[in-house]
Amino acid sequence: MKDGYELVYKRPDTLLSKRMHYCPGCFHSTMHKIIMEVVDEMGIAEETIGVSPVGCSVFAYDYMDIDFQQAAHGRACAVATGIKRSLPDKFVFTYQGDGDLAAIGTAETIHSCNRGENFTIFFINNAIYGMTGGQMAPTTLEGQKTSTSPYGRDVKHVGHPLRMAEMVSQLPGVAYCERLVLNTPANVRKAKKSIKKAFDIQKQGLGMTFLEVVSNCPSGWKCSPVQSLDFVGENMLKYYPLGVKKDVTANSN
Amino acid sequence: MAAKGFVEISVEGCKGCGLCVHHCPVKCLSLKMDDTNSFGLHYAYLSNEETCIGCANCAVICPDAAITVYRKSKAV
Ligand code: SF4
Ligand code: SF4
Repeated sequence: MKDGYELVYKRPDTLLSKRMHYCPGCFHSTMHKIIMEVVDEMGIAEETIGVSPVGCSVFAYDYMDIDFQQAAHGRACAVATGIKRSLPDKFVFTYQGDGDLAAIGTAETIHSCNRGENFTIFFINNAIYGMTGGQMAPTTLEGQKTSTSPYGRDVKHVGHPLRMAEMVSQLPGVAYCERLVLNTPANVRKAKKSIKKAFDIQKQGLGMTFLEVVSNCPSGWKCSPVQSLDFVGENMLKYYPLGVKKDVTANSN
Repeated sequence: MAAKGFVEISVEGCKGCGLCVHHCPVKCLSLKMDDTNSFGLHYAYLSNEETCIGCANCAVICPDAAITVYRKSKAV
């Protein structure tokens, strides 16, 4: 380091040095990074257990230096329920994409939220199936072209995109629900605060904490990483509005 | 040494996504268009060392945590 300068930002220790397999500019990497920053800042690496899904983030356990379990497709919330019930003092989270959480795993998601299980769900919504080659997801926007909706999503035929944060926020078991985005440095900093808040609420045992992240997929959307920021801002956020959908601690602090 | 800050970018850790270049408020980062890392990607580098303010916006947005940021110490 040069004389007269101090360190203001470095890679979090709990994010392993292994190169992540995600495409350039993918918010999955950003989300992995900031979850590990929060884990480092809270000093809870030894007490945190993640559950990874099937999808692009199936290998999440390769990058985070914490305990992990990989779940069968869509079953992350069921696995996390078992882990949290048997180890209630640990911080437990699932990390799931739109295919895992909102298609094959919808039942597990809704019922674990409804039961008010005390873990945190990180739901990464990029409106497409990245890993399998860019097919339509439950969250694909109306008119959005994918390899299985080449003329754009036709809502008369396949229904409307699912707004998961709004749906689960209706359930009594959910203590905290917010939709975030990682498209600017300010929004990344804000997302970190929300992750920390979710872990704090989990520690108090108040119920399910659900964070939906509006994400990107430059490869599946067939654009550059910088162009994907425009699609997020101009299209995704119009249908998936940001903000706190529910917060049972809102009046107490 | 007038610059308020400086950054170190891992050549091999960078994926050349350009998000740091896009979000740097003083536009002092660029992608190295005449060179690549071992993955064949044009990596980011500090192209204007004089203007970096050490705000860490680049490091915060970098998905792959490839950037380390330093800022001029206040107490001199
Ligand atoms: S620290 Fe701020 S000014 Fe310096 S390169 Fe990064 S974004 Fe630009
Ligand atoms: S944001 Fe990170 S990965 Fe992307 S170009 Fe900049 S340093 Fe490289």
